[in-house]
Amino acid sequence: MAAPAMGMGLDETDLEVEEQDATRATWTLNFGPQHPATHTTLRLILELDGERIVKATPDIGYLHSGFEKLGEHLTFNQYVTIADRKNYLSPPMNEVAWFHAVEKLLEVELTPRCQYIRVIISELARMSDHLLCTGAAALDLGAFTAFLYSFNLRELIYDVYEEMSGYRFHPGYLRIGGVLYDFNERVLDRIRKVLDAFPKVYADVSKLLFRNRIFLDRVRGIGVLTKEKALAFSCSGPIARASGVTYDIRKDEPYLCYPELDFDVPYTTEGDCWARFIVRMEELRQSHRILEQALRKLPSGPVNAPIAEKFPLPDKLTAYNSMEGLIQHFELIMPNRGLQSPVDEVYAAVESPNGELGYYLVTDGTQSGWRVRTRPPSFIHFSVFPLLIKDHLIADIVAVLGSLNIIAAELDR
Amino acid sequence: MSTTGAPSSTEADPQAATLAVIAGVLGEGNVNPSRFGDNLRVFVPAGRLFEVLSALKASGFDWLIELGGTDYLGYPGPARASRFEVHYVLKNSATRERIILKAGVDDPDPSLPSAYPLWPGADWMEREVFDMYGIRFEGHPDLRRILMPEGFAAFPLRKDYPLRGRGERHNFPRLTRGET
Repeated sequence: MAAPAMGMGLDETDLEVEEQDATRATWTLNFGPQHPATHTTLRLILELDGERIVKATPDIGYLHSGFEKLGEHLTFNQYVTIADRKNYLSPPMNEVAWFHAVEKLLEVELTPRCQYIRVIISELARMSDHLLCTGAAALDLGAFTAFLYSFNLRELIYDVYEEMSGYRFHPGYLRIGGVLYDFNERVLDRIRKVLDAFPKVYADVSKLLFRNRIFLDRVRGIGVLTKEKALAFSCSGPIARASGVTYDIRKDEPYLCYPELDFDVPYTTEGDCWARFIVRMEELRQSHRILEQALRKLPSGPVNAPIAEKFPLPDKLTAYNSMEGLIQHFELIMPNRGLQSPVDEVYAAVESPNGELGYYLVTDGTQSGWRVRTRPPSFIHFSVFPLLIKDHLIADIVAVLGSLNIIAAELDR
Repeated sequence: MSTTGAPSSTEADPQAATLAVIAGVLGEGNVNPSRFGDNLRVFVPAGRLFEVLSALKASGFDWLIELGGTDYLGYPGPARASRFEVHYVLKNSATRERIILKAGVDDPDPSLPSAYPLWPGADWMEREVFDMYGIRFEGHPDLRRILMPEGFAAFPLRKDYPLRGRGERHNFPRLTRGET
């Protein structure tokens, strides 16, 4: 028994109304918090028209762990373990940024050797971060092999961390006025291994991706960020440089020994996912250049600031074998003592792989901060995501997310 | 060394032009900059903040690099006019110059004008300050909590909020498998 066909009784105007409603209807899709392309935990609420994204609303905070509140209760040297865990793709860079702010506030002068060591670990961290970011961007778009090559080189960088500090992932290597252990020959050997392996890896990855039709089609012209928008949305680092903002703190507000090293700051003006990818690839080569020079120029001499400065922890040999070292160790470690900080505040930033990583540090005279505000590049770059993804397709989300390099631990802190 | 006040007149101040822009809004003699290292900080009354930000943006500070809050409840330094302060780090992308503006707000109902109309990048940073300190930004299009859950009642970075919380984690409503 056939039911009467629906729509038989409708006249043409009714059909028109129905069609208009159908074109106007959007549906909502939940992306994340667990999704292979988010790599960690973040959520997007997508308003879709067919497969086109009308509006994306990010929902973050899944990994919020109160890192800034903890900074108000841990001493400067203890906080290095927390700083490590912000951007976990480049932990030493977070340490350099943290102690950059602390030492600016305490007015500690670093020795030349320490400055070079910090530059070396910064650039190793930058390489490690860019390798993962470019490799994972390709992985999310289906190019699995490039990811394996770049991940393999990251293992060698982890070997350097392990040799220099004893820890592979979160080294906790820096201290106020210096480092935990000086670089020895074995560390330098490991770094040379990374440098020797790099040209081959770069060549392999570029051969796999630079003229890969599928990869190019997925990233070119996707998620375009203009220069004006990059500035208006507070973007920095490779993301701003891919949009034509030629700014790099290493060049423009030099810190450590960067003025003594010769390197270029790559930039493009396209501002799409491809531009962000290619800027990171070029920065890898520049980091390699910096490392080659820094290893050649690495000065000898003491690595930590002299203990007369009253801030640096004495190394084990000094603490066990000299009266001054023992007294200073006691003074710094015992809970009712510790160093004196000024009652003041400072903003200090370094160029991290993701952009400007700064600390707004307020101190109250004790050895822990009153306010430890991180300027997290991932947080600021993710706020531009809804703008970048508007009017693109669902499949472009992974391309844009990969190019922004959102690290959820730093995003939520 | 940290020095307070303007540098001596014999030494040309590279940031004198910027201070003049702020003085143009607040009036001569109402600008009291302080310095620490290369940081130049200027306190701005909350009521004039938006004017100062607009004037600085018009003079070339096109980049809002950082925005964040601080709670000075019980801070040992010299007495502060207000409990909360919000800092704005601005950068001029052409001259590479930086300046830090600070604005104070006080309980109850701390509120500041939103920088969103000038820099859309202020969106999430202001939401975070609201989330952590409860400072309202008038004119913000979507002032919601960003890191803490929607139903969270306290402002966790305030100094009177304990490190271990007030049991929110303990009493967090949980769905069992049967209820989903």
